[in-house]
Amino acid sequence: MSNIHNMSRRSFVKNIGLASGGLILAGSTYLYFDKKEPDNLIEFNPNLFVQLNSDGSLILIASRSEMGNGVRTSLTSVIADEMDADWNKVIVKQAVGDIKYGDQNTDGSKSILYLYDTMRKMGATVRAMLITAAAQTWQVPEKECTAENHFIIHSSGKKIEFGALVELAKTLKVPTNVVYKNPNDFKYIGKHLKSIDINDYVNGSAVFGLDKRLPNMKFVAIARCPVTFGTVKSFDKTAAMKIRGVEAVIEIPRIEKPFGPLGGVAVIATNTWAAFKGKAALEIEWNYGENERYDSDIYMNQITENVHKPGKVGKEKGNITEAFKAAHKTIESTFQLPHLVHTPMEVPNAIAWVQGDTCEVWAPTQDPQTARKEVVDYLKTSIDKVTLNVTFLGGGFGRKSKPDYIVEAVMISKMINAPAQVVWTREDDVQHGYYHTVSAQYMKASLDSQGNVTSWLHRFAFPSIMSTFSPGTDFPADWEIASAADIPYDIKNFKVEVGQAPAHVRIGWMRSVINIPHGFSVNVFADELAFAANKDPLEFRLNLIGPDRIEDTKDPIKYNTARLKNVLNVVAKNANWNKPLPEGHAYGIAVQYSFYSYVASVVEVSMLKDKVKVHNIYTAIDCGTVINKDTVKAQMEGAAIFGMSLAFYGKITAKNGAIEQNSFTDYKMIRMNEIPNVHVEIVESTENPTGVGEPGVPVIAPAIINAIFKLTGKRYHNLPLSDHGIV
Amino acid sequence: MITLQINGEKHQIDVDPEMPLLWAIRDIIGLTGTKFGCGIGACGSCKVLVDNLATYSCLTPVAVVAGKEITTIEGTQENLQLLQKSWSEFNVPQCGYCQPGQLITATSLLNSNENPTDTDIDEAMSGNICRCGTYQRIKKAIHHTVELKNKAKHE
Repeated sequence: MSNIHNMSRRSFVKNIGLASGGLILAGSTYLYFDKKEPDNLIEFNPNLFVQLNSDGSLILIASRSEMGNGVRTSLTSVIADEMDADWNKVIVKQAVGDIKYGDQNTDGSKSILYLYDTMRKMGATVRAMLITAAAQTWQVPEKECTAENHFIIHSSGKKIEFGALVELAKTLKVPTNVVYKNPNDFKYIGKHLKSIDINDYVNGSAVFGLDKRLPNMKFVAIARCPVTFGTVKSFDKTAAMKIRGVEAVIEIPRIEKPFGPLGGVAVIATNTWAAFKGKAALEIEWNYGENERYDSDIYMNQITENVHKPGKVGKEKGNITEAFKAAHKTIESTFQLPHLVHTPMEVPNAIAWVQGDTCEVWAPTQDPQTARKEVVDYLKTSIDKVTLNVTFLGGGFGRKSKPDYIVEAVMISKMINAPAQVVWTREDDVQHGYYHTVSAQYMKASLDSQGNVTSWLHRFAFPSIMSTFSPGTDFPADWEIASAADIPYDIKNFKVEVGQAPAHVRIGWMRSVINIPHGFSVNVFADELAFAANKDPLEFRLNLIGPDRIEDTKDPIKYNTARLKNVLNVVAKNANWNKPLPEGHAYGIAVQYSFYSYVASVVEVSMLKDKVKVHNIYTAIDCGTVINKDTVKAQMEGAAIFGMSLAFYGKITAKNGAIEQNSFTDYKMIRMNEIPNVHVEIVESTENPTGVGEPGVPVIAPAIINAIFKLTGKRYHNLPLSDHGIV
Repeated sequence: MITLQINGEKHQIDVDPEMPLLWAIRDIIGLTGTKFGCGIGACGSCKVLVDNLATYSCLTPVAVVAGKEITTIEGTQENLQLLQKSWSEFNVPQCGYCQPGQLITATSLLNSNENPTDTDIDEAMSGNICRCGTYQRIKKAIHHTVELKNKAKHE
């Protein structure tokens, strides 16, 4: 049975935000890499929608969130291309959070991976139905008709516009065996397509969460305990209430759930500034609780001790002990990386309007279904009573997957019986986040007399993301180990061990997640081994990856070492790896397989007056079939800057349980005067489309470190570089 | 009552004279193209033109700018419009949130410098953070705008 359905006559279309009247198709997705469609689609969950109207307008629904990932353009362009539709007639509507759209969680760089095939099929199905309708209208064989740019054209030269065929097409059965376009005929897929929202972005009319307004909406700022999970002991609101525009000050409880609000004291006001001022004027006494003892410097020493002694075995192959004994040379290093925080330019914020047992939310969220479920649980209402509208996201990077800020707005709207917009300050965002983990890693390897790696030990300790979901968890989850355990290197004796690391702040996932620390240590260490073996780092790395093979990991998609070596070769060629660089310049290289994509970068640095300058970054990515080249290129350009920011400045620390950083003044970002030229090559491929949003990040920091070593002979094992006084 | 002149229109508002211009524009007047990013003048998302110069609206009390000509991203200054076209041509935005501030800052640069060098651009634009990392395209789009303007002059 087909997973595409003609819904034109179904009453339910009104529930999905489409007006009835046009040709409407719904389809359900399945995992592209499963290669087979599920056969139990009788009760299908339609989750992609196409509506073609009689006036020719084509409404396509974006089920995933737009946060700079280009998803509103890429997802919809696939349908439009297969339909042979005119891109100028496309209107994209953002889906509300609802399971009928399938998984909407815009996370893990998998939107295209999951949706590509069904989108193509949806478009091809509409095209086939329009051809049938035209053939019937003209009383000619279907094979004499073709589709082109919103018209069906007959071999005689006569043509009819898509919209004129809608009434007939609506009555047709959905064909089961549709033929996809030949990729050579793609007009949008694999090309450079501008964002469909470009005009709204540049003229200021794009509505982000913070820009949504409701009549009589109140603006809310919340003071939260500086120490994670601390509670309010007492507070004095006198000064806050004197501020013009402040209407109320109320205490809100913590909800002990992974995405539960932290609780605190909320200031309700008629404008954001009054709410912020009111918050600053509050006098609050806190019960700090047990996390008050969290000191990130002391903690770093503890987890470092934990990796300097044997840990729990995460993976073992061969016998490293024997290999170390027989070694020509052994190398060891310890790496320390701090907490990071997401800081999307748009702070966490949400509007909720609770009326009786119903609630409507407007929020920048990466995961509208989880947010909706949290709201339903909080209000103890039924799911149909909660509408979750997704706005544009002013950046996400993983922060906006966690809907604590949405539940805050719901809580307050319910308490004050009015629409409420909760706005975090930048300081709130820096000090009350879901932090990228802090980590210590110890690595030891042996070389034989030819410089081959004969054994590899990787031991690490970091608070797990799972500690946010199961408090008390103090060892990493399997998937947090995998990016170190399944490295694509051909090493006979191999061991991964994990050390204990309890969490004292909320730990969350941030763009590239655990690939950041693992990508860092593995790439820097491999470079150290290359120099210890007196080999060129590129050549050494290619040898370390070893022969072409498909690695049999636990994952449904296996990695292919030939593709990994290829991105290294491509980037080395683009950078002209062996060319003599200007005096005082050097190259560093790194490669990472993550989110099923293959990325390598070469970074060119110099040191002027003891300060690092990055001049060029060459990146090559193999992410399989590419939907929108411009988006992939943009994501690689952006990832280079994101990676540089964390390499240069990224560091969140805690003293007495409180985060010490405040804003962009002490949690710095790369700015215009520091940027390199970023050169991106996308490897041509017809393999499955894989991740793009995250895989460009992990290679940048280690490539910079490796270049600095080449230049200066000094090897940095700890980030950020600002701690070393060289940026 | 304070009178603000924004994009050629007069707005009479009854607010605390110390209210930062950002919040008067967004919450009182209702123009939401100007963004909040940090509130301390560290990111540039909030920039507007005050008498043609890029200004951190999050740090500027409304009383200070009463009677001055304020231009936001919704405005129609010539350089702003030319830059918007180039931004579109190079598909500069990713999430788009910081771009109003970037465009206003670039407008201010072109208002005072007809032929900015890379260094001029670095200097003018380094008060603006883009977390998505669109800087390279911003730089290209500014250069492109200047080229188009110079070409138009010689025609």
